[in-house]
Amino acid sequence: MRVIRHRGRIALAMMLSATLAAATACAGDDTKSDGGADQKITLNVDDFGTFGYQDLYKQYEAQHPNIKINERNVPKLDDYTPRLQQWIAAGAGAGDVVAIEEGIMVKFKSQPDKFVDLKKYGASSLQGNFIPWKWEGGMSPDGSKLIGLGTDVGSIGLCYRSDLFKKAGLPTDRDAVTKLWPTWDDFIATGKKFTGKVGGDTKFIDSPETYYNTILMQEAGKGSNQTYFDQSNKFVMESNPAVKAAWDETVKMSQAGLANGVQFLSDQWSQALKKDAFATAPCPAWMLGLIKEFGGSGQSGKWDVAGIPGGGGSWGGSWLAVPSQSKHPKEAADLAKFLTSPQGQIGAFKAANNLPSSPQALNDAAVKAFSNPYFNNAPVGKIYGPAATSLKPVYLGADNQEVRQAVEADIRAIAQGKLSPGSGWSKAVSDAKKASGTG
Amino acid sequence: MALDVRPAPGGARVAPPPQRRRWRTRLSRLDVSLSPYLYISPFYLLFLVFGLFPLGYTFWVSLNHWEIIGGHEYIGLQNYSRLLTDDQFWNAVGNTFGMFLLATVPQLLLALFLANALNRKMRAPTLFRMGVLLPLVTSIAAVAIVFTQIFGRDYGMANWFLHFFGVHKIDWQANKWSAWLAVATMVDWRWTGYNSLIFLAGMQAIPRSLYEAAAIDGATRIRQFWSVTVPLLRPTIIFVTIISTIGGLQLFTEPLMFNSGYMNGGSLRQSQTVMMYMYENAFQRFQYGYGSAVAWMLFLLILVFSLLNFLIIRRLSRGAT
Repeated sequence: MRVIRHRGRIALAMMLSATLAAATACAGDDTKSDGGADQKITLNVDDFGTFGYQDLYKQYEAQHPNIKINERNVPKLDDYTPRLQQWIAAGAGAGDVVAIEEGIMVKFKSQPDKFVDLKKYGASSLQGNFIPWKWEGGMSPDGSKLIGLGTDVGSIGLCYRSDLFKKAGLPTDRDAVTKLWPTWDDFIATGKKFTGKVGGDTKFIDSPETYYNTILMQEAGKGSNQTYFDQSNKFVMESNPAVKAAWDETVKMSQAGLANGVQFLSDQWSQALKKDAFATAPCPAWMLGLIKEFGGSGQSGKWDVAGIPGGGGSWGGSWLAVPSQSKHPKEAADLAKFLTSPQGQIGAFKAANNLPSSPQALNDAAVKAFSNPYFNNAPVGKIYGPAATSLKPVYLGADNQEVRQAVEADIRAIAQGKLSPGSGWSKAVSDAKKASGTG
Repeated sequence: MALDVRPAPGGARVAPPPQRRRWRTRLSRLDVSLSPYLYISPFYLLFLVFGLFPLGYTFWVSLNHWEIIGGHEYIGLQNYSRLLTDDQFWNAVGNTFGMFLLATVPQLLLALFLANALNRKMRAPTLFRMGVLLPLVTSIAAVAIVFTQIFGRDYGMANWFLHFFGVHKIDWQANKWSAWLAVATMVDWRWTGYNSLIFLAGMQAIPRSLYEAAAIDGATRIRQFWSVTVPLLRPTIIFVTIISTIGGLQLFTEPLMFNSGYMNGGSLRQSQTVMMYMYENAFQRFQYGYGSAVAWMLFLLILVFSLLNFLIIRRLSRGAT
């Protein structure tokens, strides 16, 4: 008996000392010196998708010899968000500058103390550099702190494959193509024509969920400016006509057999893109960069950009924030200011076509005149620019991403023919409730 | 069996003075009784810190409503009662067992036959024996990526091969059976060789004289396999089955990669395992309490199922003798 108790005490002591060692290790990490001005500072930047910052980083490093920038890109937003969420909550691990997408901004803004107030680092004077609603979107809910500086806005066009349209006997000129589809029903009719002529493995649209999100943002922008949640974060999916309208329209597309049905940004999606397996994709400005990246050089010149059915809309767009856990808040804030400055936004636009949220950048001659060779020299500056200033922001609740993913899964199941459109809606509502923790 | 490395007592040395001698005897007795425990203690201490403590802590978390922000609140067993009526959880349990059975049963049978084949006299035995282990050396992610491409809907090799037999394109992710089959294939590719090596080791410990005696009695190769090899392999079979059970019920990476990294395991959760459901709750919905409850349910499931397996297999192979 005594031996056992004795051994227990030894084990306890060893466990305690191990814990202590771990604790001191953590403390040591926290108190690490900041390093003098002559020492090199590494700033980690966390982002997703394509931000088009590579050249800007080089430029900034050349101007600031003591700064080294390390970008930690995660291709898919859906993978990026939970990671960022965990880092922010844990108080460690996040980069010095982090990108926050509009769909998750509300969630992060509800934790204002986790982020540095950029006003303290001289950002107050920059208000004129941003479209008013984009600037407002970066403020904490009580309006006291500036959490994020706007990067891009997501005004929407429609990308189409002019070579495949030609094959289907459809017009290929972008203005004529825009005239084909004033409404989404016209778009579906065009799609049926296309499918009748081309057929085979080539479908008219890529993933139904990208169309669903596009239409949802359009519909929401027209009316209530909300999707699944109202401004008080109450779940309103069932009573919001915008969601049902987007749902119904997307179901129609699937039923007409237009959808390829690959999951957006999956390996199969990029394969399908390379193998001409879909002819159109909804194109918020940031999508242009993704299509170019995943399509590769073989698709160059085959894509073009037309207007979106159903009028303008906005989907996506981000902010840059500095988590308060950053050890170099001043340097990080300066970098964020640089990247979101009109010049920075013009650079990002040229590299990835992310549409600026800065009026100066939108009015810049270089942006207005910019045409994208990958998209058959489409004048993307002219196509996207004018809509940007008239966009209205849509309120996306704190659990937006989880709910969106749940609904998208059901939309895909319908396209796969595994879920009947009739029972699909009620399933989507209950899945959405579950995902938001309210069901 | 084990090598005895304890110092031999006594010895032909010059006898030290009585006092020191008594001290020494006591020391060496202490050494004999205590040092084995001391030698194995690093494992158990590490297990305590990194195994037992997290297990206990997870249980504590599972008794709380615990979100990523805003503290936590003790709610007793509510997470568990919610779990019992959660159709998404039971779907994940069904998927896990489905894929486990679909993967493990053919895998162990295949491994057994493979081991039997490798146990025969052949040229370059080491080459072949090591060869079956090669798939295990490749990373799971690489295996999953390659197999996901093979099971692609539009450009996958599996569908290309099947179209020669008039089978229409299968959307492997979209159906339960096809998703399970694809994931099970990945698992088998990786683990069959490993299990057959363990079987082989067990087979080599069976005395050759038994086979000779059986041959003299007129037993065929097949008869020898079922009546000599399998019964004598019982401890190995039990070990392999339990290890496969634990691994199979914790299936995670393969189905995750198969669904392009989406934790929901398909549009209708066709191939979401319990591990994925746990991750989804804890690290995507950030409901730590609920996720921990899923983790504990998985732990209990593995415990019960391993025990069940142990009993069944012991009964089965006893029946064979």
